[in-house]
Amino acid sequence: MTALWGLLRKEALHILRDRRTLAVLLLLPVLQVVIFGYAIRTDVEDVRLAIVDPAPDFATLRLRGRLTAAHVFRVITVLRETGPLERLFQTGAVQAALVFEPGFADDLGRGLPARLLVITDTTEPNTGVTIQGHVLSVVQSVMREMPPRAGGVQIVPEARLRFNPTAESKNLFVPGLMAFVLTIISCLMTAITLTREKETGTMEALLVSPLRPWQIIVGKVAPYLLVGFASVIGVIVKARLVFDVPLRGSVPLLLAEGVLFILVSLALGVLISARTDSQRVAMTAALLGTMLPTMILSGFIFPVESMPRVLQYLSNVVPAKWFVIIARGIMLKGVGLAYLWQETLVLFGMALVLLGAAARSFHERLE
Amino acid sequence: MRRILFLARAEVLHIVRDRTTLAQILVVPIVQLLVLVNAATFVIRDTPTYVVDYDRTSASRGLTNRLAASGHFRILERSASLTQANDALLEGAATLVVTIPRDFEKSLTREGRAPVQLVVNAEKGSAAGIVLNYAGQILARYSAELGRELRPSVFTIGAGTSEPAPGRGNPRIEVRTRGWYNATLDYRHYMVPGILVALVTLIGTLLSAQNIAREKELGTLEQLNVTPLTRAQFIAAKLLPLWVLGLFDLGLGLLAGKLVFDVPMRGSLLLLFAAAAIYLLVALAIGLLISTGVDTQQQAMFVTFFVLNIYLLLSGLFTPIDSMSPWMQAVSQLNPVRHFVTISRAVLIKGAGLAEVAQPLVILCGFAVVSLTLAVQRYHKRTV
Repeated sequence: MTALWGLLRKEALHILRDRRTLAVLLLLPVLQVVIFGYAIRTDVEDVRLAIVDPAPDFATLRLRGRLTAAHVFRVITVLRETGPLERLFQTGAVQAALVFEPGFADDLGRGLPARLLVITDTTEPNTGVTIQGHVLSVVQSVMREMPPRAGGVQIVPEARLRFNPTAESKNLFVPGLMAFVLTIISCLMTAITLTREKETGTMEALLVSPLRPWQIIVGKVAPYLLVGFASVIGVIVKARLVFDVPLRGSVPLLLAEGVLFILVSLALGVLISARTDSQRVAMTAALLGTMLPTMILSGFIFPVESMPRVLQYLSNVVPAKWFVIIARGIMLKGVGLAYLWQETLVLFGMALVLLGAAARSFHERLE
Repeated sequence: MRRILFLARAEVLHIVRDRTTLAQILVVPIVQLLVLVNAATFVIRDTPTYVVDYDRTSASRGLTNRLAASGHFRILERSASLTQANDALLEGAATLVVTIPRDFEKSLTREGRAPVQLVVNAEKGSAAGIVLNYAGQILARYSAELGRELRPSVFTIGAGTSEPAPGRGNPRIEVRTRGWYNATLDYRHYMVPGILVALVTLIGTLLSAQNIAREKELGTLEQLNVTPLTRAQFIAAKLLPLWVLGLFDLGLGLLAGKLVFDVPMRGSLLLLFAAAAIYLLVALAIGLLISTGVDTQQQAMFVTFFVLNIYLLLSGLFTPIDSMSPWMQAVSQLNPVRHFVTISRAVLIKGAGLAEVAQPLVILCGFAVVSLTLAVQRYHKRTV
């Protein structure tokens, strides 16, 4: 046991001495929280609007007034004709345009339909559709104040947003961020630290020492586990304090699931190191094989259900996908194991298989 | 000049001989494009929907059918159990629960209005708003349709047309909507121009950082330093082949985008390549800057990954710049990737010309001058 202790101390010293890597390990989660909190958002606010009003009258002015009062829109320019619109859209100066037809109020007064054209920049489809919805809801609220059309019926939608009532995207990203940080630290760093011993030839020295194989692995990875665990708690605390992200479910359950996910990532890291001989290859494998899928296929940033079928199936083998579902369930929905047992079971199965494979590949090297 | 070309030739041979690098240049970009464009999407379709129908009339059935027929919603189940619906929502099986109250049809016929409750899982942020948007549009269309069926009195005059007869004194506003540049709302058309930028950035920065770090690691940098080449010449020779490669990869990516995804290319490709030529100088210089600060290839890769990660996330490539908080939008002005993403999308999707992209282009030129000067100077200090 003292030998294991010695290895642990040596590994901790390694981490503390390599300032550059330590800085990245500690800085990355902090920066990521800031980036994801303030930058990776899909909320649509402060829409830049152009208004084309060839012949302003009381009706168009009223509608324009309502749009400005809605606080979602910022009127960039009011034009007389549609000519300059194209250029405004191309430079990105405006995101939407409202085009009135001349004689708007007259048409309304005579009972003719008054025509209004809403142009939105749908280059990014979701933003475009959302802006359209914002404009339409203002127009509809103005219409509702007019005397109702005899005979027409109205279905009035009452919308309620569950689990994330303000629909803020930052709440969505924090659980994914935890998966990402854990993958970097437990998988990438484990793979690198083990291959480094191989590359420098010191692995042989470790193998002939009185340490048992499992002790070597534990000694090598435990310090990183600690760093990983600390940064996850850091992410949660920061998310709570700075961004006020909810934590509705049980904290011990979240941490326990975190440990389960760390075990999976660690096993992956050990497996990668067993199959590669140089740090460079191990790093490439860890980056391409675990970090990219964690970022892209886990539902962290992009919803899995939006992807083509093939990628949806593929996403099932990405451990982070399951952890993201679990973490979101606990943090945002406040549900417990009753709803998350399937995902937990999948992670558990992955942990068993990968740990088994990792232990075996390590033994093979011994013979 | 001849010296530069000599060294540049040596570089090209190095790249062509090394299988891994060659694969990095030829295969990785295409795979990246294919996977990322399909995966990096916020498209919303087939929203799993649970309908709680307390009314069970033709009107409520019609509503369910309209939702299903729109293609935006997939009806999981239709029952009168709110508990089951709630379970489906908690489990994540359903994203939207539509509750149609008792007497839905009756109050529509008698009072002309009836409520419908839409509960949406907003876990995924703004996607919830879009789901509600689609639902709202379908409800509006359906109520217009129902008006004719349930309370047909008004339509007797204008029979045969879908519009009520004019002159009846009922004011209303007819809104038409039009989405410019991406009328089919195809997310891939939006992503391809952005992913191309990521591709060029990755190749440019990673290769140049690795390249010089390798010379350092092998000790061959010392040898090159004692040759009659000046620092600027040396750097030019190192970067020239990578610069050409970056442009080549852009062409390759454009071709794949055209063939596989049929992305629109409305603007001038020449303009795009000109912008890319300037942008690549920045990407290469950043790689060079990284390589001056590190000692090994591994560190170069780690730092590059870290830097690019932040650059790409803050570039508006994945999520719109307009959605960022105001101070973050200001910070992102310092990000060269952002400006090239803007240019790429404006030129390819919107068909913008030189005048429309002049501002980001000038900013890119500024970045190129500053970063190249910095890189050359830093390089001086490290080796003298």
